[in-house]
Amino acid sequence: MAKAKKLNKAAQEVSTVRRARHGGLLTVIFTIISLIWIYPLVVVTLNSFKKKAFIFKNPFGISRYSLFSDGAEKWEKGIKQVFFGMRNYVNAWNKTGFPRAFGFSLFITVFSVIAIILCTSMAAWYIVRVKSKFTSLFYILCLFSMIVPFQMVMFTLSKFANILHLGNPVGIIVVYLGFGAGLAVFMFTGFVKSISLEIEEAAMIDGCSPVQTFFKVVLPIMKPTVMTVTILESMWIWNDYLLPALVLNINKYKTIPIAVQYLKQSHGNIDWGAMMAVLVMAIIPIVIFYAFAQKYIIEGVLAGAVKG
Amino acid sequence: MQKSIKKYFPLFMLPTAIAFLIGFIIPFFYGIFLSFCKFTTVTDWKWVGFKNFSRIFVVNGKVDTTFLHSIWYTSLFTVVTVVIINVVAFAIALALTKGIRGTNFFRTAFFLPNLIGGIVLSYIWMMIFNAVLQNYRMTITTSQWSAFWSLVIVVCWQQIGYMMVIYIAGIQNISPDLIEAAEIDGANSRQLLRYVTLPMLAPTITICTFLTLTNGFKLFDQNLALTGGNPNHLSELLALNIYTTMYGSTGWQGVGQAKAVIFFILVGVISLIQNKMSRSKEVA
Repeated sequence: MAKAKKLNKAAQEVSTVRRARHGGLLTVIFTIISLIWIYPLVVVTLNSFKKKAFIFKNPFGISRYSLFSDGAEKWEKGIKQVFFGMRNYVNAWNKTGFPRAFGFSLFITVFSVIAIILCTSMAAWYIVRVKSKFTSLFYILCLFSMIVPFQMVMFTLSKFANILHLGNPVGIIVVYLGFGAGLAVFMFTGFVKSISLEIEEAAMIDGCSPVQTFFKVVLPIMKPTVMTVTILESMWIWNDYLLPALVLNINKYKTIPIAVQYLKQSHGNIDWGAMMAVLVMAIIPIVIFYAFAQKYIIEGVLAGAVKG
Repeated sequence: MQKSIKKYFPLFMLPTAIAFLIGFIIPFFYGIFLSFCKFTTVTDWKWVGFKNFSRIFVVNGKVDTTFLHSIWYTSLFTVVTVVIINVVAFAIALALTKGIRGTNFFRTAFFLPNLIGGIVLSYIWMMIFNAVLQNYRMTITTSQWSAFWSLVIVVCWQQIGYMMVIYIAGIQNISPDLIEAAEIDGANSRQLLRYVTLPMLAPTITICTFLTLTNGFKLFDQNLALTGGNPNHLSELLALNIYTTMYGSTGWQGVGQAKAVIFFILVGVISLIQNKMSRSKEVA
């Protein structure tokens, strides 16, 4: 017995030593892999400060000359010839109307998500608490809508949106609420089913109206699902291209993805200097958001994956 | 209680119901109806029966293989990406649950591309691909295969981090007791993976496989931005093929809508199989 314990301990020590050594090696390997992983972003950032001609002449380097064969002095001179400061950004800023595009993207994403959260959480509560043919049909249709690809409805949806004058940043909120309702209703009903009725009944007996009960009791309990739906829907709406491109009046309202795509179309070929700068400007808000909300984003993704 | 809530139907249900009607119900059913019509907008329809569906495959007596090619190309693309994404994501997840130093940083780095949308992502890679390929006097759209692998790389780069996060959570959910018991029984690390980790992860693997499967089938943004279907419609995945049919030239809207119906049925069948499979797993 004692011998076995000793052996076991020895084996454990060996395994921890091995694990630690492996750990060090793995750390080095993964440092290299993850740097390669984000290297494309580094290249784009670097190229956004280069003169147009050098983006393809010298895509991965920072100087016209080699440090080894041409010497330090020439190398330094080469750097100055390759880069020209913020001029791509100024160009892109004017060409794409980036601040406007950013504003539209932000406005549409924020208010669509607020509308989705508010309306579908109320609807989900109603669906679970009021049992009728209508609510069960509505719920089934919501589930059904989750498997329908956008191409199936894109033509009719964009034409109807046009008829109803929804082709502006306010109107598109209705479209997003409608097309995004399926997932949100599904997530919220799943959660409402787990809330015990007694809490709500207690609130109502204490004199709360259904509206007060919902906003003071039910909604606060639903906070985790609210976070999940917020993350999932905002990731979708912020990056969405086809729906706003078809629904919005494209001459007046361009979101960021549309502005990026139209940088190509309006010229036939691409102004790569401006493109690099726009890409960097499009990525920066995402990186900042990610830095602050990483925990919620990962949790949202997990909750969404398990349920969806 | 039900009665008192019911009175508030206009407040609780109506906004979502109306938006759902505009944003999904009417477009969906009207879309099915229009697939049997000739039309240029939603009001000038003329019933033509199954003509749109036959025009997908035969045009003026000539066989048109564009759509069949697209189905085949999409299927191949989906299979390749499903395999690569899941294998790589799983391998990374396995390594990142060993408690090595810097795990948090690695996870953050791998997940980051997922937050960047398809359009922006595609132009980042278009620049890089063209920079590399110019040395071989090629572009992304030189052939359908250069387009194919460009798309595969972009989509893998985008989704591996996402699936990795799900796999990590799955691995962390396996009870340490189970692993310890296997270790005491003398299982080596390969046996541990084969007989403990993989079986315990079956539900996670199902989820990730179907997520990547539907993502592959529905891919649009990257296809549009990166290859645009070039060369000569050969790199068109289904979603882009439908889009170009519908908006490429007038008179083809009905055919585009008919293709969309077929596309919907394909995606629907995949989802149904997924539903069945995850249900049967729950029982077992």
